[in-house]
Amino acid sequence: MALTPNEPRDLDSPMLPRVVKVQAFQAETHDTFTLALDPPSAPGTPYSFLPGQFNMLYGFGLGEVPISMSGDPARTGSVVHTIRAVGSVTEGLAKVRPGDSIGIRGPFGSSWPMDKALGGDVVLVSGGIGLAPLRPALYHLLRHRDQYGGVALLYGARTPGDVLYREELQAWQSRGDFQVLLTVDRADPSWCDSIGLVTALFTRAEFDPQRTVGMICGPEMMIRFTLNEFEKRGVAADRLYVSLERNMQCAVGFCGHCQFGPNFVCMDGPVFRQDQIKAFFDVREA
Amino acid sequence: MTEQGMLGTFASHAFLSGLSDRHRILLASGARPFTAEPGELLAREGETAKTFHLIQVGQVALGLHTPDRGVVSIQTVGPGEIVGWSWLVSPHRWQFDCRAVDRVQGLAFDAEWLREKCEQDHELGYHLLKQLVTVIGNRLAATRLRLLDIYK
Repeated sequence: MALTPNEPRDLDSPMLPRVVKVQAFQAETHDTFTLALDPPSAPGTPYSFLPGQFNMLYGFGLGEVPISMSGDPARTGSVVHTIRAVGSVTEGLAKVRPGDSIGIRGPFGSSWPMDKALGGDVVLVSGGIGLAPLRPALYHLLRHRDQYGGVALLYGARTPGDVLYREELQAWQSRGDFQVLLTVDRADPSWCDSIGLVTALFTRAEFDPQRTVGMICGPEMMIRFTLNEFEKRGVAADRLYVSLERNMQCAVGFCGHCQFGPNFVCMDGPVFRQDQIKAFFDVREA
Repeated sequence: MTEQGMLGTFASHAFLSGLSDRHRILLASGARPFTAEPGELLAREGETAKTFHLIQVGQVALGLHTPDRGVVSIQTVGPGEIVGWSWLVSPHRWQFDCRAVDRVQGLAFDAEWLREKCEQDHELGYHLLKQLVTVIGNRLAATRLRLLDIYK
């Protein structure tokens, strides 16, 4: 069956990708790019997703990959994904340009606990491409700023050239109503912020451990050390949330590739409450 | 921050936590508030480490001079942290340049005076050494993690 945009089809089939047009392509770093896509919803039906969820993006002739949404949930005119080109599918997606078509299924998965964080402080900790799945949560926090207490973003990258959304980060830093703390592992003369691990930024983050929700996304080593820092500062494990990355293929709990203890990352995650996965998170898989 | 303010927040610096009142008063007698403007050197690689700095405001970049790239910054330290331990470890020579990234304020101690107090009062010396070892351990762990290149 040929797939064309907006053609009536079985809307209930989660395995059937919709064909959507690429609206915009933006290179972020040397290996990371952002795609803005037409919303994969029926005409007249607004597309919606929750911060933290992901879509399966299908490159024709290449395959599918799970990619978190990285745009503003309140802006329904396009669906935004930031992608790192690390394999054949993502390298293929790196070549699409406005007007090209790709496939999309979703949204899938769990979301960041924006409701649980209401009225309290929120600390978002991210590393590298991990900022992309957290960005929708940040958009939500900023759109509803008066409903939350202190908000802090701690973000680390390998080098200044690997920092995502640099202009946006600068704009956020100048807002003044929340903290944006940046660091890189290796600096160049152009870098004027911190140098060191993202966990070193905790000494400058302002939050009340008793009323803080932590949201963490990035390399698992970074997540482990970040959880230690939150624990040292007295934030309870049931107030910490991590977004995990595993080999997700079907996205609907059929194939089992993403099984993580008793959970499927595609359905029970990718956002997990830390106390619910701690026993499995600490297991050495290799 | 004013000088009074500096001394007033003496007790709240993380490095000085756990000190007895007696030792806090003793150290306060030797503390000197300092300010460094952006770009100012607190320490120069190879020179004698004469001062121990506690940072209360601002960031300090630790760097090494390289022939082809000039000074390469490898780490920054900020409020609640310390600059260096070469003042305690023989031959008491700075291993890095330490330069103010922005306006830095904090408390400074004369290294010789501090070493003398530690020798005279081993309880004080042991406490400061424990605090320093914790700092060194944390920085070593962070450095090892950076060697892994976790963003790869």
